[in-house]
Amino acid sequence: MCVAVPGKVIEVNPADNTCIVEVFGVTRRINTIMVGEVELGEYLIAHTGFAIEKLDLEEAMIRLKLWEEILSYADPGQVS
Amino acid sequence: MQILDRFRDPVVGRALLVKVTEQAKEVAERLGRRSVFMEVCGTHTVAISKAGLRSLLSEYIDLRSGPGCPVCVTDYGDIDRMVAFARTPGVTLGTFGDMIRVPGSFASLEKEMAAGADVRIFYSPADAVEYARTHPDRHVVFLGVGFETTAPGIALSILQAKAQGVTNFSVLTSHKLVPPAMHAILADPELRLDGFILPGHATAIVGRNAFQFVADQYNLPAVVTGFETTDILDCLHNLLDQLFQGQVRVDNGYSRVVKDEGNVRAQALMEQLFEVADVSWRGFGVIPASGMVIRPEFADFNAEKRFTVNIPEPRIPKGCRCGDLLKGKINPHECRLFGTACTPVNPIGPCMVSSEGACAAYYQYDRRGQ
Ligand code: SF4
Repeated sequence: MCVAVPGKVIEVNPADNTCIVEVFGVTRRINTIMVGEVELGEYLIAHTGFAIEKLDLEEAMIRLKLWEEILSYADPGQVS
Repeated sequence: MQILDRFRDPVVGRALLVKVTEQAKEVAERLGRRSVFMEVCGTHTVAISKAGLRSLLSEYIDLRSGPGCPVCVTDYGDIDRMVAFARTPGVTLGTFGDMIRVPGSFASLEKEMAAGADVRIFYSPADAVEYARTHPDRHVVFLGVGFETTAPGIALSILQAKAQGVTNFSVLTSHKLVPPAMHAILADPELRLDGFILPGHATAIVGRNAFQFVADQYNLPAVVTGFETTDILDCLHNLLDQLFQGQVRVDNGYSRVVKDEGNVRAQALMEQLFEVADVSWRGFGVIPASGMVIRPEFADFNAEKRFTVNIPEPRIPKGCRCGDLLKGKINPHECRLFGTACTPVNPIGPCMVSSEGACAAYYQYDRRGQ
């Protein structure tokens, strides 16, 4: 029930605190009161019609980099 | 989407799996047994089973499901109350789809629907408010089921109904809080856990800090994580590493979404609308300060203040071990009804009904046992 998915903001409607997000090609209008101002191109985590948090792409990059480091010690022969 | 796609990269996933398997083996050798980690989120339960991680790692890690499925932890009495509301004349019962098939003591909402009750599935509680606004001849009672992830949206829809002057809308709350259930689990001397996989989205609301007690009070590691297979493997890598090094931290592996302090706007909404109460959980009984009920100032939107329903004493089906399962004491294969008398087509308990229930997830992906 806590399924929540990242959606990319493709239209912003500050007048009624909503925006339209695209999730895997499907668009949906969601409420943005819980995340404040949103901008086109940002990613939001949507749950039951509400954005519950923004997705921080910089933090995502940091995590990916960390994995690269962890995996640089892994045996590449087994990685396929 | 390129960056986010990399979280689903099978090459990274496989490399992490190799790494985690090596580590898990080492830890198992040192402990002389498998390490035991519990997930407390139904979405994680499904993600772990679906990715095959439970069986792939079963030689070295016991991945145990806890009370993470909100539908499953909803007690029989609460479901019976929902059914009673569905039977109330003039009421349209609005719900998320997950609740429909869950059996109470005597009936399910699905059965009530078949018998003519007006039960409607809404994707969002805001849609239920809109339905109420355009159907003034009906009273929409929405079922507020879910953890911290879901409660702020319910709070917001009540505020929306109030602002729009929608008086034929109310909520029957059965909201629950994750940390008190973890306290209940950790207080159980029979259960030996080595760490927690913390729920990414409930923690997005309450914040990583809300789980610091796992390390401080119980001396166990815990890691907040997301829902990709790579996220879960990364979380296991961290937990195993802490175990191996003898460290105890509550880390945030889902920092692209979760902050230490959580979403303060969402917390303020919950605070405004709800007060904390002692509520009953399936399998656990009453857990102190583990639920949220509507504050007296918003009594007009509290279904239980608007209607009086009578419910008989709950009747618990024989043989169903959902309660033990939710407490992490058994896995679904240890219930003798699993896969025989109890299947997704003929479910006996909620853990087999809900898409996030452990029995349903194991039935679909881990049927052969560990
Ligand atoms: S398999 Fe069915 S009867 Fe057994 S615990 Fe799960 S839901 Fe209950």
